Amino acid sequence: MTARQVLQQADIARALTRISHEILESNRGSEGLVLLGIPTRGVLLARRLGAILEDVPVGSIDVTMYRDDLAKNPTRAPSPTDIPAGGIDGKTVILVDDVLYSGRTIRAALDALSDLGRPRAVRLAVLVDRGHRELPIRADFVGKNLPSSADERINVRLSEIDDSEEVTIL
Amino acid sequence: MRHLLSTKDLSRDEAVAILDIAEDMAGVADREVKKLPALRGKTVVNLFFEDSTRTRVSFEVAAKRLSADVINFSAKGSSVSKGESLKDTAQTLAAMGADAVVIRHSASGAPRVLADSGWIDAGIVNAGDGTHEHPTQALLDAFTIRRRLHGPDARGKALDGVTVTIVGDILHSRVARSNVWLLTTLGATVSLVAPATLLPVSTAGWPVGVSYDLDAAIDAGPDVVMMLRIQAERMNAAFFPNAREYSRQWGLDDERAARLPAASIVMHPGPMNRGLEISANAADSPQSTVLEQVANGVSIRMAVLYHLMSGSDA
Repeated sequence: MTARQVLQQADIARALTRISHEILESNRGSEGLVLLGIPTRGVLLARRLGAILEDVPVGSIDVTMYRDDLAKNPTRAPSPTDIPAGGIDGKTVILVDDVLYSGRTIRAALDALSDLGRPRAVRLAVLVDRGHRELPIRADFVGKNLPSSADERINVRLSEIDDSEEVTIL
Repeated sequence: MRHLLSTKDLSRDEAVAILDIAEDMAGVADREVKKLPALRGKTVVNLFFEDSTRTRVSFEVAAKRLSADVINFSAKGSSVSKGESLKDTAQTLAAMGADAVVIRHSASGAPRVLADSGWIDAGIVNAGDGTHEHPTQALLDAFTIRRRLHGPDARGKALDGVTVTIVGDILHSRVARSNVWLLTTLGATVSLVAPATLLPVSTAGWPVGVSYDLDAAIDAGPDVVMMLRIQAERMNAAFFPNAREYSRQWGLDDERAARLPAASIVMHPGPMNRGLEISANAADSPQSTVLEQVANGVSIRMAVLYHLMSGSDA
């Protein structure tokens, strides 16, 4: 079985541009926004959104220590958490991830956020929403809704760290 | 990895992985909520048969920052002083459901016995056994060196090409042994300087250079000088004539400290005997990493506990 491409480079760029406009629209400007990417590819997407939105601080938030499946998998190496200098207290935090699936990563990210401060609001932006939620979580900004079956694999590749730039389904 | 008994068992990749995790753990100390939920519901037992302040407190802080429950157990004031054996103590702790045991013991190899015996099904962390090893101390020393050398870009790096001179009581020092193995694994070049009486009978098989002259070693301009404590509790024979003579020949006094290159760092595992192996000025100089070592100890121990206790292979 071969992987089928569902988004190519131009589609990803268009989706991110649209998401950035939607963020500005819902927030009525860029006032008080903070973009926090979830490692690994969420951080890259957050940086790209930050480049489009220009004066919005960008950081990363590692959720490894907050996962509910730590005991079920081999030990995971954490990634750096990097909160922009202004902090997150009173800010509107946009969490950014590549694929929204069970919702458990986002649950962990919300827990991690509450240990770092108290944002005014938290929103979620994802490149791909593939459904199959296991928790009552939904995304505010979605690049593409991609109905999938649970045994399919969605792969997001970004040129910063991968040798291609695309979203595929296998 | 299930136990941490010796730095000899660590591969280069494993060691770098632990240092990298510690890099992430270090950030927790600066946060509003200084706690991570990674080890919630797990129990860590600090089993200390030998006196210790900084190591025990450091492990306790580390475990608590990861949300584990910590039980402190010291031989004084416990059933051990009534003659309970290590086996019975271990089985008691196992019955109470310990997930990890941090053990310090005056007998070399005690942690290994605990790990191999089958008395207890918990991860064992060696927090110093006799004159054998003190792996978390070596890891925090390596972490401290790496941070001083590479600053914020330290992640993923080892210590290739770094020259480290370890000075003092090598014979009794578990810190020295753990450092010899770990720093060499990480690519550093280690040399030992000590009075002949305070060297092991044979260092054949150790990947180190040995000399007796501190002045020559200082003039060689090492990147790191690590002074070891003269352990009064183990000075049970005539290892050197008296403290003043030791200090004059093998102590890092002001004059020797001044001759070190400005970029060199001075380390000491603590507690220090100021005026004996290290002068007060050398200990308090900007080149000294003594307090950084203590702070880094918590990060390293968090990394080790996380590494051993999280995950399905734990």
